[in-house]
Amino acid sequence: MSEAESYDHPDVVLCPGGPMLLRGDHVVQDSDGVAHRTTRPVSAVCRCGKSQTKPWCDGTHQVLPAKLRPA
Amino acid sequence: MLTPKARGPLSQAVNEALAIAPDRVDVPDAGSAEDAAIALWTLYELHYRGFDDVDDALEWHPGLLGVRRDLEQDLEDRLRSRWTPYTPTGDVGEELFAYVAAHDGPSLAKHVQSQADEEQVLELFRLRSIYHAKEADPTAWVVPRLSTGPKAALMELQFDEYGDGDPNRLHSHLWALGMDALGLRADYGAYIDDVPPEILEQNNVMSLFGLHRRLRGAALGHLAAFEMTSSMPSRRMAQGLQRLGLADAMVAYYAEHVEADAVHEQLAARSICGALVAAEPSLAGDVFLGAFTCLDLEDRFARRQLAEWGVA
Ligand code: FES
Ligand SMILES: [Fe+2]
Ligand SMILES: [Fe+2]
Repeated sequence: MSEAESYDHPDVVLCPGGPMLLRGDHVVQDSDGVAHRTTRPVSAVCRCGKSQTKPWCDGTHQVLPAKLRPA
Repeated sequence: MLTPKARGPLSQAVNEALAIAPDRVDVPDAGSAEDAAIALWTLYELHYRGFDDVDDALEWHPGLLGVRRDLEQDLEDRLRSRWTPYTPTGDVGEELFAYVAAHDGPSLAKHVQSQADEEQVLELFRLRSIYHAKEADPTAWVVPRLSTGPKAALMELQFDEYGDGDPNRLHSHLWALGMDALGLRADYGAYIDDVPPEILEQNNVMSLFGLHRRLRGAALGHLAAFEMTSSMPSRRMAQGLQRLGLADAMVAYYAEHVEADAVHEQLAARSICGALVAAEPSLAGDVFLGAFTCLDLEDRFARRQLAEWGVA
């Protein structure tokens, strides 16, 4: 691979079956209207609705049956 | 830290060589796997923080490097013999998630969550401290060996392990705060003389993969499997600590890993290993060697520890 090419580096990444990765500093409002500021360069926002640390992903999506996992 | 206690004739000879720095280093065969493992761990440690009782210049002593090389060869042969070679044919990130999900092993975190007593949990922390005191360090060796895509991806994860520039958030520092709050020793390598061979092997493998450019694929596959098996077990650990009423500072260490590793597993599998294999397709198999080794060594340690506690 040439070192002179340019690379994909999106701000938002939808992970198949898992969270949404969010790059940068953002405030995320959860479904109860509470605001959460990101604390790290890349954050994972839960998309399956089953995380115990919402709005952040905590890996719970991994144990859900395929049909309950986000596309 | 001082040189660890010898556990047989080979580690005894290595310790003597570290003390007197002879021109030539001749060592006997290892008396046991444990003897070999502590000798290799000691030799690797020269590349990290060294020992208060050893001359720093011995890091690159040719005789000691020769001993290290022989021990590494044995270790690598053993790892490869345990692994059924596997090469992905599709998306590396997706295949890593499937590979790790298909693996089933005993879980120390489940035991801590619901059953372990305080003494067992403290013992587990003493044993785990050998790694957590240098958390993320073995993988840092890999950075300069990578091309642009995987290098930037790895640094995105490592930066978070190192506290995003804030020493108060550095993961190994959070660990030290937890150890201190539990009344355990937080200093680097404090419990090395207590750890079983399975822990030494887990540690040595990370150094082997990190220090050999040739094994960079295995290093990053190991990282991916490690991160992919951390978030949910970390929550179990935090719940176990809360059940036992143990120090909040250690709960905080695990709570940070629930959240951080839910990010890190995605980065490690998709952007790091994905970018590595895109740049260097020939490393795809080694990525899975690394992932397998991470899972397999944790199983070995968990089996030993649960048996010791009479649980399994
Ligand atoms: S997407 Fe990971 S826990 Fe919901
Ligand atoms: Fe960490
Ligand atoms: Fe991590």
